[in-house]
Amino acid sequence: MDASTDNTTRRRIALTVNGRTVEAEVEVRHTLADFLRHQLELTGTHLGCEHGVCGACTVLVDGRSTRGCLMLAVQANGCTVTTVEGLAAADGTLHPLQQAFKDHHGLQCGFCTPGMLTTLVELLADNPQPAEHEVRVAISGNLCRCTGYQAIVDATLAAARAMQAPGAAQRPVEAPVLPAARAAR
Amino acid sequence: MKPPAFEYHDPRSVDEAVALMARLDDARVLAGGQSMMPMLNMRFVLPGHLIDLGQIKALNHIDAHADRLSIGAMTRQRDLEYSPLVRAHCPLLTEAIQWVGHRQTRNRGTFGGSLCQLDPAAELPAVCAALDATLTVASVRGERSVAFADFPAGYMTPSIEPDELLTRIELPHWPVGHGYGFVEFARRHGDYAVVLAAALLSVDAAGRITRASVTLGGIGPAPVRVTGVEQALVGQIASGALFRETTEACRSLDAMEDIHAPASYRQQLAVVMARRALEAALARAHPAR
Amino acid sequence: MSLAAPIISPARSGGSGETLIGKSVPRLEDDALLRGQGRYVDDIHLPGMLQAAFVRSPHAHAAIRRIDASAALAMPGVRAVYTSEDFSPYLVTDRLVVGLPSSHYKQDHHRQVLAADETVHVGEPVAIVLADSRYLAEDAAMMVEVEFDPLPAVSDCRAALAREAPLVHRESPHNLLAEFDMTYGDTARVFAEAKHVFRESFWQHRGGSHSIECRGCVARHDAMEDRTTLWTSTQMPHAAMRVICEILGLHERQIRVVMPDVGGGFGPKLVTYPEEVCVTLAARLCGHPVKWIEDRREHFIATTQERDQYWETEIAVDDEGHVLGIRGDIVHDHGAYTARGINLAHNSAENVPLGYEVPNYAMHVKVVLTNKVPVTPVRGAGHPQGTFVMERLLDRVARELGLDRAEVRRRNMIAADRMPYRTQLKARGGQWVTLDSGDFPGCMAEALERADWAGFPARQAKALAEGRYLGIGVSNFVKGTGRGPFESVTVRIGPSGKVQVLAGAAAIGQGTRTMLSQVVAEQLGRDLSNITVTTGDTDATVMGLGASNSRQTVVAGSSAHVAAQTVRAKVLKVAATLLKAAEAELEIVGAEVLVNGQPARRIALGSIARALAGTAGYTLPGGVAPGLEATEQVIIDDMAFSNGTAVVELEVDAETGGVHFHRLVFVHDAGRMLNPMIVDGQLAGGIAHGIGNALFEWMGYDENAQPVTTNLGEYLLVTSTEMPRMELFHRETPTPINPLGVKGVGECGVIPMTPAIMSALEDALSPFDVRINQTPISPAQLYALIAANAKP
Repeated sequence: MDASTDNTTRRRIALTVNGRTVEAEVEVRHTLADFLRHQLELTGTHLGCEHGVCGACTVLVDGRSTRGCLMLAVQANGCTVTTVEGLAAADGTLHPLQQAFKDHHGLQCGFCTPGMLTTLVELLADNPQPAEHEVRVAISGNLCRCTGYQAIVDATLAAARAMQAPGAAQRPVEAPVLPAARAAR
Repeated sequence: MKPPAFEYHDPRSVDEAVALMARLDDARVLAGGQSMMPMLNMRFVLPGHLIDLGQIKALNHIDAHADRLSIGAMTRQRDLEYSPLVRAHCPLLTEAIQWVGHRQTRNRGTFGGSLCQLDPAAELPAVCAALDATLTVASVRGERSVAFADFPAGYMTPSIEPDELLTRIELPHWPVGHGYGFVEFARRHGDYAVVLAAALLSVDAAGRITRASVTLGGIGPAPVRVTGVEQALVGQIASGALFRETTEACRSLDAMEDIHAPASYRQQLAVVMARRALEAALARAHPAR
Repeated sequence: MSLAAPIISPARSGGSGETLIGKSVPRLEDDALLRGQGRYVDDIHLPGMLQAAFVRSPHAHAAIRRIDASAALAMPGVRAVYTSEDFSPYLVTDRLVVGLPSSHYKQDHHRQVLAADETVHVGEPVAIVLADSRYLAEDAAMMVEVEFDPLPAVSDCRAALAREAPLVHRESPHNLLAEFDMTYGDTARVFAEAKHVFRESFWQHRGGSHSIECRGCVARHDAMEDRTTLWTSTQMPHAAMRVICEILGLHERQIRVVMPDVGGGFGPKLVTYPEEVCVTLAARLCGHPVKWIEDRREHFIATTQERDQYWETEIAVDDEGHVLGIRGDIVHDHGAYTARGINLAHNSAENVPLGYEVPNYAMHVKVVLTNKVPVTPVRGAGHPQGTFVMERLLDRVARELGLDRAEVRRRNMIAADRMPYRTQLKARGGQWVTLDSGDFPGCMAEALERADWAGFPARQAKALAEGRYLGIGVSNFVKGTGRGPFESVTVRIGPSGKVQVLAGAAAIGQGTRTMLSQVVAEQLGRDLSNITVTTGDTDATVMGLGASNSRQTVVAGSSAHVAAQTVRAKVLKVAATLLKAAEAELEIVGAEVLVNGQPARRIALGSIARALAGTAGYTLPGGVAPGLEATEQVIIDDMAFSNGTAVVELEVDAETGGVHFHRLVFVHDAGRMLNPMIVDGQLAGGIAHGIGNALFEWMGYDENAQPVTTNLGEYLLVTSTEMPRMELFHRETPTPINPLGVKGVGECGVIPMTPAIMSALEDALSPFDVRINQTPISPAQLYALIAANAKP
């Protein structure tokens, strides 16, 4: 559904969030992060800086990790958005990354964690068997003040192994949109 | 840190966009948002209108021609990063883009947005300078071409009118077998460089340099093509000693000074980065058969 | 000090199942947080809630002539604008009087609730705007007109001491807030007679906490109950309640302070802030719930931080490098107000000699006002600074006397057989600082062995032959933890059979809930799912001292342990009566009491609780007092001292000043570890702060006291690519001063990193004869040192 194009201060948008269709009216200046947190009450995505450095607000937009504080809600019209709330399975089973974080103490205060998880979901979709250095580069745009990152890296490597193990359920959260396959919107 | 109020426009075509830009006085353009949104959130800019280019499909393309790549200004940095066309024809860009921010910012940030932001230490403007890129700028008055060397007007100021829109960047190919190197010194991975260097070399079968491009970023307000070094290299047999000797000239370039680093430090980095970029380029160069 | 029976062996606690003590139990906090179901303060939505934004002073020092909010009030969605004048009729006092007591203050400067006619740092709050959204509140805040008359400002704390220096507060006589000596022995004689005296000057700088969650609070006034609830991202809810009650003239039942999930604290959140008072009062006045969430720019200018210390020091040693005395002066930047006390300066001076035999010591400390945001401790609280000085002085001694740096340390470390070791220092409460336990030399020996210190010269020589500069550094540290006097914990079982733990402790990400659950479950059934923990709520516990000083496991853990043992004893006594069995035959498994080997004979914990709640007309079983709960506040006045050693091996790119870590070995002794995985996490996180303090974090101000690093692009926090892989090793020397034998660990990772790194950098750059007497140091600064000394 196209957003109405004649209104310059409020727009109707329609998008998919964690697998469900959402229709809403938004103020044009509201960020995607604020829209998710306050209008949709998906408070798992956090605001740490609002200038695009800390990564706590990272969500997946069409499978791509995106800083929710640097995107306007209106720009998400027609998109598929996945937040941390959409990572666990429908029956509540934790995503292998979430489980690995728990097993390896990959979180302490938990505030950076949703942004870490969404970023790492994208990494493992692009690169199912990353080397340690590749994991560190992938989360170099996510600040954590609690863990020193090592447990997060270890958890990610463990999750990668678990996801590749024979019999592991292949359940991509959101198939990333590769450039060649990008459909016209 | 919430954005101020503005009116939002999302044109579907370049014509629609430039018409808006001509009509609206107090408008800013929104490309990838990775620079504009922080400025809005911090209220460093208070535009009455925001023109979002994200719906203009015509600005999002990577095309290979016989002699150049033609890339739309709204092409996402991530698409540049993974493009086989870019890797084949302009590997310097593929290399440089690894240094641009973080994966999250590359997913949204655009080629044109980075060029118009013109941060002195940004990678993409330096690549354009290295390759002698040609930019196309559009307005209600039509299109015009701008050589990249003429694009920076001053510190973070491109020489385009308020009602003009960057639409296309053309990167001429370097010959098959050319060597390329991109190095940068930054405080942390993904940060803007303190100083960066891009080098391109063509070398003949005897190891003689037939063509050289050496660019420094982070030294001055705009990327600097160090033509003195380039001229000193052409015609010489490529070697580490040659690079060490010629890049010393970078020390006398005018360099910016700020609370983080004195000019002399940037000059030192210029010398070292230029040399290391040339060394990397030489390692990759192989003369065409 | 009451000491309950210590945990000696797992079998004592109940027999069935494995002990929970010492196990890396997965954290109970994680499931909700991983699913994005945490509830941080900004996740709280209340009907009719308004959002606040503060108008803040842009000047380092200014008089306020006039505030005009009329334009702001006319803007859409704006409900109120309050200034000091609006609040004043409701304030018993217009200042937050919070300082930790000390006889050393020469003058008092307490923060204002809202600035009245003088502002003294950039960021000081001047007015609060309430609107329907934060977007609208910020719009309106821009329209509040404040007429400022700029006044001269002081930026550098050394300049502030000059006779003609501008006054930080225009009415005060000078800028010296406090002055004190930390002295023992006879340094004058020792220095006069010593053969070797070396002087060093140090500049030490630290920045802010930068928890990824900034501050924030939500206040809701309930007129029917005549109480206001304040949810706030704090480390000390009881302190906040006290301050608010005092300022608003209320009693304790009128204010409830609750900690939601907190996204990190690291020290500055233990302070109670003007914004919390303002939001509480605003909610009471406007009749709506009010929320204020600090943004990152505000965190730079309105949340407390550490800053600069300038040290002039001398060390006297004999020919063998034995320390005879240390003396010196510190000038410490306090900022514009007292937001906590002078503890940071005190700890810095106190911590210098701590792990070593230093027979004579004299440090003179000046705590100085500047026109900058107030200074209070960040993780480490002065111990990094004191350790830096000691370790760097020892390196100097080593260099001057031609001794190995580790050997100099060996010759001066307090030996294990000297424990408990009473130093000649007095803690701020007046107690002698006594090191309770620990094998410092053994710890260092292990670290050096694991890091292959002995093999390093060969590695270094090989690298140098290749034109590469490799260096190694070592630093020891000792950290007083578990600051008392107590933490209040109630363990209670109700008719549901659930074991409730209510603690004055504060959970800020360090696994408090898991820790308390492990300790209590160990006594009461060993089923973590049957434990609920409530912390950080002034309604749940009357008293509490919150999270600071790596104290929770020690003080809250001890009280929880004793309370749980008390409840356990009562459970067994009553169960014995009700089951007609001997207490020795009983065990608590999950939520039941069973007779060993006879599963048919059992009773639920809930049934015992119900029985002890009494039934009208029936006597209580077992002849015990009613109820099934115990409240403990185990008094622990002495600190439990953790210790450790860090060895860092790194490489310097001499052409750029760039630093790359090769190895980081950290051996640590935190006494008995309740949950080794959590201990590792605390160390790793602390080490990251320490690396930041050495190489990245600089909170810059210009000469007009204007902050120049005000976003996370300019103020550099360590990211995953800058962190080395950390090799963490543990030793366990239990402390005798608490029943669990535990010591704190939360701040320990920070402490040895700056001296170990600087020592390694100097070692790497020894061909250039580089000396580093500052922290942090940037690549540009390193390069300048190299260039200044480079042989042509």
